[in-house]
Amino acid sequence: MYKILKREKIVPNIHLLVIESDAIHRNAQAGEFVVVRADEYGERIPLNLVDWNDTSISIIFLEIGTSTRKLAALNAGDELATLVGPLGKPTELTKDKNVLCIGGCYGIGAILPVIRAFKKNGNRVITAIEARSEFMLYWQDRLKEHSDEFFEITRDGTRGIKGHANDFLNDYLKRERIDLVYVQGCTYLTYLCSETTRPFGIRTLVGLNPIMVDATGMCGVCRVIVNGETKFGCVDGPEFDGHQVDWQNLLSRRKIYLKEEVYSLSFYECEKYG
Amino acid sequence: MANKIVPKKTPMRERPAKERRKGYDEVPYGYNDQEAIAEAKRCLQCKKPTCIPGCPVEIDIPGFIKFIAEGDFEGAIKRLKERNVLPAVCGRVCPQEDQCEKLCVLAKKYEPVAIGRLERFAADREASAGEASIPQIPPPTGKKVAVIGAGPGGLTVAGDLVMLGHGIKIFEALHKPGGVLVYGIPEFRLPKAIIEREVDYLLKCGVKLYLDFVVGKTATIDQLLQEFDAVYIGTGAGLPWFMNIPGENLNGVYSANEYLTRANLMKAYLFPQYDTPIVRGKRVAVIGGGNVAMDCARTALRLGADEVRIVYRRSLKEMPARAEEIHHAEEEGIVFEYLTLPLQYVGDEYSWVKEMECIRMKLGEPDASGRRRPVPIEGSNFITAVDTVVCAIGQSPNPLIPQTTPDLKIGKWGNIEIDAKTNKTSKKGCWAGGDVVRGGATVILAMGDARIAARSMHEYLKTGVW
Ligand SMILES: Cc1cc2nc3c(=O)[nH]c(=O)nc-3n(C[C@H](O)[C@H](O)[C@H](O)COP(=O)(O)OP(=O)(O)OC[C@H]3O[C@@H](n4cnc5c(N)ncnc54)[C@H](O)[C@@H]3O)c2cc1C
Ligand SMILES: Cc1cc2nc3c(=O)[nH]c(=O)nc-3n(C[C@H](O)[C@H](O)[C@H](O)COP(=O)(O)OP(=O)(O)OC[C@H]3O[C@@H](n4cnc5c(N)ncnc54)[C@H](O)[C@@H]3O)c2cc1C
Ligand code: SF4
Ligand code: FES
Repeated sequence: MYKILKREKIVPNIHLLVIESDAIHRNAQAGEFVVVRADEYGERIPLNLVDWNDTSISIIFLEIGTSTRKLAALNAGDELATLVGPLGKPTELTKDKNVLCIGGCYGIGAILPVIRAFKKNGNRVITAIEARSEFMLYWQDRLKEHSDEFFEITRDGTRGIKGHANDFLNDYLKRERIDLVYVQGCTYLTYLCSETTRPFGIRTLVGLNPIMVDATGMCGVCRVIVNGETKFGCVDGPEFDGHQVDWQNLLSRRKIYLKEEVYSLSFYECEKYG
Repeated sequence: MANKIVPKKTPMRERPAKERRKGYDEVPYGYNDQEAIAEAKRCLQCKKPTCIPGCPVEIDIPGFIKFIAEGDFEGAIKRLKERNVLPAVCGRVCPQEDQCEKLCVLAKKYEPVAIGRLERFAADREASAGEASIPQIPPPTGKKVAVIGAGPGGLTVAGDLVMLGHGIKIFEALHKPGGVLVYGIPEFRLPKAIIEREVDYLLKCGVKLYLDFVVGKTATIDQLLQEFDAVYIGTGAGLPWFMNIPGENLNGVYSANEYLTRANLMKAYLFPQYDTPIVRGKRVAVIGGGNVAMDCARTALRLGADEVRIVYRRSLKEMPARAEEIHHAEEEGIVFEYLTLPLQYVGDEYSWVKEMECIRMKLGEPDASGRRRPVPIEGSNFITAVDTVVCAIGQSPNPLIPQTTPDLKIGKWGNIEIDAKTNKTSKKGCWAGGDVVRGGATVILAMGDARIAARSMHEYLKTGVW
């Protein structure tokens, strides 16, 4: 069992979990993730590592279905049934380049270790975070600390640049030289940003989130089509070249259990709240 | 024994096929005391038993059977455990018809002695009699061994070496120990309580178990070697194969590993009590002809399918599954489509599989494996409706450890290469065995490898000579 040191709601629907770690932090690298199971009945779900130190690891999650609802109900002192990692291939880091990193939703947290690593490797790091409205943005100070330039984007214009991340991206790429774009967040965001950079011919790394079970390469549920080839998201990824991803396949595979997910959540809520 | 030979095995009572299609309870009930004694008395107690060489771990077969015939069930289990630490498992899942029972002298004219059923009986009898007593463990040698993978191989190494006084820690990637016995083989064939009991016994003997630890990621083998004197790699063959045909990434197309892991390890058959879902298809096609395919097909039936078909490219004769599994599957109403190969899957407008195109095959010349090679019959293509497909065509070792252990010699199929006499790998301090060496093989072979390795590891730990 894995002890929770802290759970904090950082913005509505998004939570931070800090969990005691005796091994995971030792080999953890930027871009890797962990698998957690809230309790003995729980599903195994993948979540990015957003931070770690000698005694703990941190994850950030969007409360959305049963598994994340269960996680959101935990508090300091509670325990997780499963915590395993670090998993996946670490981010392929460049050296001395201009790197633009975009994060949305849980990706705002998930890009922290990535920009930190890019910065440490001598890159010039431009960070942009996106949300629907000002109150959904978080961690600006922590991200700024490792960024040469920093942008906030809100769809309603309540803070920073008004619009979508891809509008900003399009404008920015027209005026500045960028060697690599890195995007972390929901599939819609990673997809849109990839399509935006495609005409510029700029390499675009995206963190994908296919459904997973074991996350060690054993079951194959996480398969994604990249450059016409089937890859396992958990061990060959989860980061891939966004220009080579078969987005249609990814989007439809993410919906395999839509019906069951809805049912599971209503079952959970009935059990819990009557 | 001068008794007249009884030509047939004492039958084992089973849950009726109709009833078991709906449930996850184990299918055969096992022998009771009288049935076991009657079956044990069929054994001729040969002076030179022909069955023993058929057993990969050389159990004293007539020896344990004699105890049963005499009603000394404790004696029987003791004799069995001298050679096999998981008799309750092997009695259920070993392909006895190709091993010990095939070589039994009775088999020449009659049915062989039901060695597997008797083995199972002895183990279950002990379990029902209460807790197994913990043996005296010798004083600690101070040596530390890391066992990677808590499958039957890893558990055997751990058991053997802990009894010699070494400190053992098992590292397992999943959240439950048991390997394929837990995530792959379904409850109705191998109740999970049996594995829990065996693991519990090892823990009481002092073995440490570290779950949720992926070697190659959480720590590399080289990192483990800084802390441990020796390492056993028993990580199995967990990488599922696909056929690389069009439509394999459609929704509703599973690998056997995913299908069984969801159903068994994650208990999707109890959804929504358990959170992990599984598609409950009505028209299910399972591709392949091994035990894995049988398990998938019988699982699909229990998940509520109206029709389950096994699609196999050769004929019944070449099917690698155990005879008992094929028999049970047939009884339960699973349809066998022999000499048939899928060519592609076709999806609906939501990317869900709706039909598959197959071609009929005929058997040609024997191939490298000695089995007649299936060749397509031109123009025999046909299309059939399906809503779930499970691909059970095989698996190979997971590359995580090879990728992170540069000095480990790897074979063509991603298997770890070993010295067959000792199960030593090319890397000092590391042994390997079971499916990671052999590809998909059997439980008893994994345990046999583990035995050989444990002996060699003990020697190394004692002398320090590699
Ligand atoms: C490698 C990897 C890393 C990930 N990292 C994170 C992370 O750091 N933080 C985080 O919050 N999530 C992350 N995810 C996604 C996360 O695993 C899922 O959100 C989670 O499994 C949802 O479980 P649930 O039971 O709560 O929701 P479910 O019941 O499984 O899903 C409910 C509904 O939400 C949809 N949905 C699920 N996930 C998302 C999503 N991410 N975006 C939009 N819609 C979604 C589903 O299709 C479904 O309709 C990651 C996924 C992968 C593969
Ligand atoms: C569905 C199915 C049915 C079968 N039916 C039969 C049968 O009836 N009779 C029979 O004899 N055989 C059967 N087999 C084959 C048999 O189960 C295997 O040959 C046997 O389990 C191999 O044992 P093992 O110890 O080598 O590996 P496994 O049982 O595969 O165990 C390996 C363990 O290592 C863990 N692991 C893997 N990688 C890592 C890592 N990097 N770090 C930590 N842990 C790791 C895995 O999670 C797993 O728990 C069947 C197999 C399947 C899949
Ligand atoms: S372990 Fe397997 S091969 Fe050996 S006697 Fe038992 S059933 Fe036969
Ligand atoms: S999650 Fe099972 S193979 Fe990737």
